[in-house]
Amino acid sequence: MTHATGLKYLKQDSLPLMWCSGCGNGIVLGALLRAFEELDCRPEETVVVTGIGCWGKADDYIMTNALHTTHGRALAFATGIKAVNPKLQVVVLMGDGDGVTIGGNHFVHAARRNIDLTAILVNNYNYGMTGGQFSATTPSGSFTGTTYYGNPERELDVCALASAAGANFVARETVYHGHRLQDYIKLALNKRGFSLVEAISPCSTHYGANNKMKVPVEFMRRLKEKGVPQAKYRRLSEAEQEGLFETGIMTDRDAPDFNTRYAEIRTLARGL
Amino acid sequence: MQQAAKLMQGNQAIAEGALYAGAGFFAGYPITPSSEIAEECSRRLPLAGGTYMQMEDEIASIGAVIGASLGGTKAFTATSGPGFSLMQENLGLAVMAEVPCVIVNVQRSGPSTGLATKPAQSDVMQIRWGRHGDQSIIALSPASVQECFELMVQAFNFAEKYRVPVILAADEIVAHMRENFLLPEAGEIPLVERKKPLGDPAGYKPFQPDEDGIAPLAAYGSPYVFHVTSSMHGPDGFSNNSPANAAWRVEQLHRKLERYQAEIALTKEFDTSDLDVLLISFGATTRAARAAARLARQEGIKAGVLQLVTLWPFPEREVRALAGRVQRIIVPEMNYSGQVAGEVRRVLGSGADIRQVNKYNGEIITPREILRAIKGDVDK
Repeated sequence: MTHATGLKYLKQDSLPLMWCSGCGNGIVLGALLRAFEELDCRPEETVVVTGIGCWGKADDYIMTNALHTTHGRALAFATGIKAVNPKLQVVVLMGDGDGVTIGGNHFVHAARRNIDLTAILVNNYNYGMTGGQFSATTPSGSFTGTTYYGNPERELDVCALASAAGANFVARETVYHGHRLQDYIKLALNKRGFSLVEAISPCSTHYGANNKMKVPVEFMRRLKEKGVPQAKYRRLSEAEQEGLFETGIMTDRDAPDFNTRYAEIRTLARGL
Repeated sequence: MQQAAKLMQGNQAIAEGALYAGAGFFAGYPITPSSEIAEECSRRLPLAGGTYMQMEDEIASIGAVIGASLGGTKAFTATSGPGFSLMQENLGLAVMAEVPCVIVNVQRSGPSTGLATKPAQSDVMQIRWGRHGDQSIIALSPASVQECFELMVQAFNFAEKYRVPVILAADEIVAHMRENFLLPEAGEIPLVERKKPLGDPAGYKPFQPDEDGIAPLAAYGSPYVFHVTSSMHGPDGFSNNSPANAAWRVEQLHRKLERYQAEIALTKEFDTSDLDVLLISFGATTRAARAAARLARQEGIKAGVLQLVTLWPFPEREVRALAGRVQRIIVPEMNYSGQVAGEVRRVLGSGADIRQVNKYNGEIITPREILRAIKGDVDK
C-alpha cells in the first residue's frame, strides 16, 4: 500500500511555506492533508476555516473550499457553515492566541453546542505573528516579548477546557509525533460532534529564542521529552508531572451533535 | 387576493419580511429592543426548514450569518446599539468578502448602555463608517410596520443582487409599534437570488466581476470550490498584496454601489407638489414630520416631506432635486449631532438654509416641535 502524500490538497504554486524554519506548522499541515487523502475527503465538500495568526495562514496552501476569517472568530463562522449544510466536512484551524485567548468564548460554546466541527489548534505557547507575546497557553513563569520578567499568569489546559465544555473528541499530541498526530486528526474528522486536536508545536523564532530553545532541534527534543503518553503520565506523582504534559486521547464520546438535535427540533415544531 | 389586514408589531413584521424573502438562517444574541425578532425566528424558522441559532455574543452571531450565507442560505441577524458595535469587525469581513447578508439594527438611545428601552436615530454614521478601512454599505430605514416588512424584503434583494451586507436601520418606535399590516401574497414582491457561477468549475474566480460589475457567488458544497479571505485578495480569492490589486479591490467595493446608486437610493415624497419648506426625515421621525407638514399647511405654509428610505448610499440626487425648489430645509432626527443634517449640508453646500430639530433624551420628536422650526422659531 502506498502512503498518502496529501499533495493533491496542497496548493503547490503558493510554496514555499511562509513559516519560519523550525516551525511545526508544516508538520501539522502535512498531517492534515494526508488525513484528507486517507479519508478521501472531496475538496468541494470540505471547508477549511481559519483565524488569524501563523497557523491561520494555512488556508493559503490548501485546495479545498476555505474561509479565512477574523482573529478568534473562526469557530463562529464555521458554525454557520455547518448549521446550513450538515454534509460538509468543516475543519477549523486556529493557534493558541486565536483559538483560546481572543476566541476563548467561541471555543467554549462550540464545544458546549457540540457542533460537528473538527478544530485543529496549534499551540506554540505564544503569538508568533506579532513577534512573540504571551497568550493564554504560555507557561507560567516563562519569557515572551510581553513577559520580560516571566509570565505572572497561569497557562490554560486547552484539552481540559474542551472536555469540560462538552466536546465529543479531544486529543493532544506534539509535532514530534507526526504519525500519531495524523491518526488523531483522522479520528477527529470521522467523529460526529465537536472534536479538538491540540498540536503542541515549536516556535523557535520567538518562544524558543526567549526560553533557551533557539535551536529548533533543541525545541523538538524538549517536546519529545515533555509530552508523555496518557497512561504513563497518570502513573506519575504530582511532583514527577511537573513540567511535563499529557498526550493522547483525553475524551471520546458520542453525545448528539447540534445538527442532529436541531433536526429533532424541526420535526417537533412541525408536529405541534 | 390579499389577506385581511391584521395588527402586527414592527419587529414581528421584520421577521415576517425575512421569511418572505426566503431567509433560512438567523443567528443572534438577545438585546432590547430587538429581541422579538429573535423570538419570532426561533418559532418560525424550524417550521420553514430553517435554522435559528442563539450565539454566545453578537460577534459570533454575525460570523455565523456570514458562514451560513457562504453555505448558500439567505441569512440575517438582529441587534441594537451595543450589539451592533460588537458586530463591526465581522461586518467589515462581509463587505470585503462580498457576502450577502442582512443586519437589523433596532436603534436605541446611547451612548454605551444608554437608555436601553428608548428610541434613537444616532447610529446613522456608525452604520456608514463604523468599521475600520474605507468601505461602502447599504442601509434602509423603515417608518412603519408595513415598511419594516417591505424593507426587509428589499434588504435581502439588495444584498443578493449586489453581494453586500445591508443594514435595516430601524428604531425602537417602529420596532415596538403595532399597526395594521397586509401580508403580500407569495410572488407579489419579486425576490432576487444571488448570481451563481456557470461553466467550468476549474475556472471559477469568486471575485472577478462580470460586465454588470458583480461577481457570481458559489456556495460551499457546490462543484465550485472557492477560497474566501478577510485579507486583501485577487479575483481568485487568494491573498494578494500587490498595490495594483489592492487599489482595484477597494475601487470595486465602492464602485459596484456607485454604479447602481439610482436603483438603491429609495425615497418617498409627501406634499411636495408646491413647496416652500422641505422636511427631510427618515425612520419613525417621518411620521412626526408628515403630521407637522399638514399642520403647517393648515397655517398656510407650504411644507412637505422627503423621506429617506435609503440612508446609505445617501440619496444625494433626490435631496438636491427638491432642495432647489425651497427656501428652507429642516432635518428632524433623534440625535444630538444632526447626523443626516450634516449629510444634507455636505450635499447642498453652505449657501442653503438648513435647520435642525434634534432630540436625544429618549423621547420621540413631536409634530409641534417640528412645526415650531417650520415657522422659524429656532436658533440653529
